[in-house]
Amino acid sequence: MKKGKAEQFVQGNAACAEAAIAAGVRFYAGYPITPSTEIAEILSARLPEVEGKFMQMEDEIAGLGATLGASLTGIKSMTATSGPGFSLKQELIGYAALCEIPCVIVNVQRGGPSTGLPTGPAQGDVMQARWGTHGDHPIIVLAPSSVGEMYDLTVQAVNFSESLRTPVILLADEVIGHLYEKTVFPEEGSLKLSARPRPEKKPGGKYLPFAVSSPSDVPRIADFGDGFRFNVTGLIHDLDGFPTNDPRKTEALLTRLHEKINSRIGEICLVDTENLEDASLILCSYGATARSCAEAVIEARRRGLNVGMIKLKTLWPFPDFVFERCAGEGKTVIVCEMNLGQIVHEVQRVANGRFKVAGVHTCRGSMITPKEILDKIGTLS
Amino acid sequence: MQAFLRGVIDAGIDKNDMVVVSGIGCSSRAVGYVDFDTLHTAHGRALPFATGIKMAKPKLNVAVLAGDGDIAAIGGNHFIHAARRNIDLTVVIFNNFNYGMTGGQSSPLTCVDTIAPTTPYGNIEAPFDICSLAIAAGATYVARSTTYHALQLPELIASGIRHHGFSVIEVFTGCPTYFGKFNNQRSAAKMLEWQRDHSVNLKQYQLLSEEAKTGKFAIGMIHSVERAEYTDEYSKIIQRVRNNSPKDAS
Repeated sequence: MKKGKAEQFVQGNAACAEAAIAAGVRFYAGYPITPSTEIAEILSARLPEVEGKFMQMEDEIAGLGATLGASLTGIKSMTATSGPGFSLKQELIGYAALCEIPCVIVNVQRGGPSTGLPTGPAQGDVMQARWGTHGDHPIIVLAPSSVGEMYDLTVQAVNFSESLRTPVILLADEVIGHLYEKTVFPEEGSLKLSARPRPEKKPGGKYLPFAVSSPSDVPRIADFGDGFRFNVTGLIHDLDGFPTNDPRKTEALLTRLHEKINSRIGEICLVDTENLEDASLILCSYGATARSCAEAVIEARRRGLNVGMIKLKTLWPFPDFVFERCAGEGKTVIVCEMNLGQIVHEVQRVANGRFKVAGVHTCRGSMITPKEILDKIGTLS
Repeated sequence: MQAFLRGVIDAGIDKNDMVVVSGIGCSSRAVGYVDFDTLHTAHGRALPFATGIKMAKPKLNVAVLAGDGDIAAIGGNHFIHAARRNIDLTVVIFNNFNYGMTGGQSSPLTCVDTIAPTTPYGNIEAPFDICSLAIAAGATYVARSTTYHALQLPELIASGIRHHGFSVIEVFTGCPTYFGKFNNQRSAAKMLEWQRDHSVNLKQYQLLSEEAKTGKFAIGMIHSVERAEYTDEYSKIIQRVRNNSPKDAS
């Protein structure tokens, strides 16, 4: 990206890398994988320019491990990958969630399962992003649908990860990662950036890194090397950071982690909506598929149909509240996604019989076309 | 663990400047008993976390405490690559020749013919010589000792901490609970005797015939060389890049 130029013609992955730097990321460790590699390549050149550090690790797990180690010293840290690497990273995503280590994991999705379609787009990792690591844990997942959103949501992901001390997954897809489009970027210095909560007191005396003042509070965990001398463990831990098997303390910790996210649904759930109250047909999508939906909406309206649209930028936690506005007799929400049905089940859960739910689902490694969506609308209207 | 702490003291490290990282296993629980910034990570993953910490804050001394299963099996790939980079970490391997935490199963450092819950008819896999592996992979300081050698061990650890590069200290430790139970060494004393009887100082070891070397292990400082250290080299890159583009754009 060229500096000091507001409007530019840029690739999605490049926008992600530049946004990371603008958001204050100063450490990246990862492993090369299509279609996310450009993020690593760009950051390997850019990070040293801002006194940041880049490391190419021996495998995907090490990529996230080093990212978390760096983050524990207080530095904003990130890694990027695609489906097969995302599977490998699940182990330490759980570690980051339990130990409340801020980090951003970018997954530029490709076709799966297994090695799948390395250069073909898909949105098959939505449920994996939510439930891929073992155990009950909260997670934040954002999905960009343009190069501009790739930039904005990368900044947002860094901010959420820092302010809430949680892993955040930027769930992009191959289309948006490799898409070049004209985009207007924010001016340097205009971004609102978040910092992680840190102890208010100086080291000395008793320090409880995981203590909070209320159940929804974010604990003030110190940086390694600052003299607090505390313990971090992937075992269930007490307020002092040391392991515990106590059932009450276990439940208190795990429910607090969820409360930290769930109490901020309104702030975390980013959704664009259009004409929900009046429309009888509402298209719901995210990522690259939202582009096809936008085109389908224009064409459907040209044909005189009253359609609305929901574009989810936050997938998890799921923005249930948005769908309240879809409730009503004769209303149908059509979920469009490049998988055989993932978000559609969430919409069915929220609908609970109050509106009809239909879907356009593909798994062929190419985008859903506006025509396919219009054909679906044709069968329903 | 006592030897490690003595080593830290001997090396003259302030406890606020030391981070101790471990994986999962009996030995990895050691981080919970020491007064530093401590990080108990996932099984086999201590080295990637330690690498991130050292890279982000090179002024910190970073030590890794690892078991034989943790470092040589599930973490084996991280081990050879950290050695290859020659990043300034000190790795102390608690080699008790088995997976104690899960009940004494065989590990990649378990000797041939050893009985374990997963090798009830004797182990047929040749073990790694983890010190030779470390040297071949690029570690610049490699030593071996045992818990029996209570005076030698802290010195070797202190030298490893002082060494500027990737340091490995393999330590034979006892596991009478499982390894000993299956292999006629039921008491801690028996295991210490085994360590005494099977270890030979490096210089003496080198004089032994090939036949006499069988079943014996060389102890002491085995390897120490100087080579460019990873975080130093990266700092040079930052300097070079920033000198070429004096007007920083963040």
